[in-house]
Amino acid sequence: MIQLEAPFTEEKIRALKLGDEVEITGIIFTGRDAAHKYIHEGGELPPDMDLKDKIIYHCGPVVIKDENGDWKVVAAGPTTSIREEPYQGDIIKQLGLRAVIGKGGMGEKTLAACKEFGCVYFHAIGGAAQVLASNIKRVRGVHFMEKFGSPEAMWELEVVKFPVVVTMDSHGNSLHKEILEKSTAVFNRLVNK
Amino acid sequence: MGMLLCNLDSSLLELVRRTSTELPADVRNVIHQAIQREQQDSIAQNALNIIERNIQLAQERSLPLCQDTGSCLFYIDCPVGLDQMMFAEKAREAVKEATRRGYLRQNSVDSLTGKNSGTNIGIGMPVFHFHQHNSPEIKVRMMLKGGGSENMGQQYSLPMVSLKANRDLEGCRKVILDAVLNAQGKGCGPGILGVCIGGDRATGFEHSKEQLLRKLDDTNPIPELAELESTILKQANELGIGPMGFGGKTTLFGVKIGAMNRLPACYFVSVSYMCWAFRRQGIQLSEDGSVQNWLY
Ligand code: SF4
Repeated sequence: MIQLEAPFTEEKIRALKLGDEVEITGIIFTGRDAAHKYIHEGGELPPDMDLKDKIIYHCGPVVIKDENGDWKVVAAGPTTSIREEPYQGDIIKQLGLRAVIGKGGMGEKTLAACKEFGCVYFHAIGGAAQVLASNIKRVRGVHFMEKFGSPEAMWELEVVKFPVVVTMDSHGNSLHKEILEKSTAVFNRLVNK
Repeated sequence: MGMLLCNLDSSLLELVRRTSTELPADVRNVIHQAIQREQQDSIAQNALNIIERNIQLAQERSLPLCQDTGSCLFYIDCPVGLDQMMFAEKAREAVKEATRRGYLRQNSVDSLTGKNSGTNIGIGMPVFHFHQHNSPEIKVRMMLKGGGSENMGQQYSLPMVSLKANRDLEGCRKVILDAVLNAQGKGCGPGILGVCIGGDRATGFEHSKEQLLRKLDDTNPIPELAELESTILKQANELGIGPMGFGGKTTLFGVKIGAMNRLPACYFVSVSYMCWAFRRQGIQLSEDGSVQNWLY
């Protein structure tokens, strides 16, 4: 198990390889369809929101206010990443992201951006909302709550030992591509294609 | 009608809570078996271990197993004379309350304006299927089906030239495996398939979802379909897609197939994909509306 702690530098990210199991400690921002579309279309981010060398997490968490009026994340697993494929590569470049967390992997454009700009794709365990929520220590803030609604808002989260697997590294390798090729070969045999 | 159902509100709320926060025993069993089967310390096994820990945590904390609490599907078996409008209204209230308490995420969006209703109530949501039967019993089953898994559903129209899939069970086998191949990495595998052979474009999908109400360890009463189910389960696992698409021995936990009559000109195979977070539960109600027993 590799420990990855903020600041997430290019060097640390480049050292990661396919299949590495990693625990992340630091700040991550959630962002899904509305946020990606907005940023990609040139929408402005609030001045206090700096995503350089940061991590975007494809997630629409369930967040409630506790008795003291503080935000509390009650469930926070990843959502399917491929929906952000049209935007992700450009956003990695534009914002200087160091990692994307999601599920299901992404396509060629994102893979190329990871290689060029030193970024990596982490796969979280899809559906493991409670395990992952227990690794979120604090909600530091929320952006675009009014505009996008709660699941689509950009939540700024402090995580500790957040468990993920490297499935696309910054050297052009993708576990998703490998598994797709292997399983397609078996499939072709099974259906006599 | 003779039924008072005064405890219905709390029974329905408890049904929603349990459906979202606990997995039924048959699902927990197949997950546990899969852990034993995967290679020691592989990413696949570690993923399944996290999944098992997640199931435990959700139950202990009484919080959603998965943050995508999906769409709420209700299947109600009821006697003639049950006031279905009243019943649906009570179920909507239960869903609203469950949402307020955080058992369900706000998951109902107006397709034209993009506005979230915030309550999980909206046009066509939740979904109700009432079935009348010749018995005084009322059974309420609930399933929560997340968007990631729903997106992996597919409907094939046979024959399909690219797969050389004809209008027979062999053709069905090919297209169902195709659906598994295409779902890789996306629907939070290992998954479970509900399939309908036949029907029309609407009833086919509806029936495929109803197949998911069957227990995972049951046996299909129709021998040809029982055989097709076990063949597909075995072959899907040979694909090596594994948990989360990380590679591994468990790609599917189960396959449930039903058949409906079709038009001579149509031959649909409808596949509903369910993720490992297979949230379904059910209650049988007693006369006063309290829970007599749990169905899964
Ligand atoms: S596919 Fe299932 S487990 Fe995965 S995020 Fe959706 S509902 Fe949750």
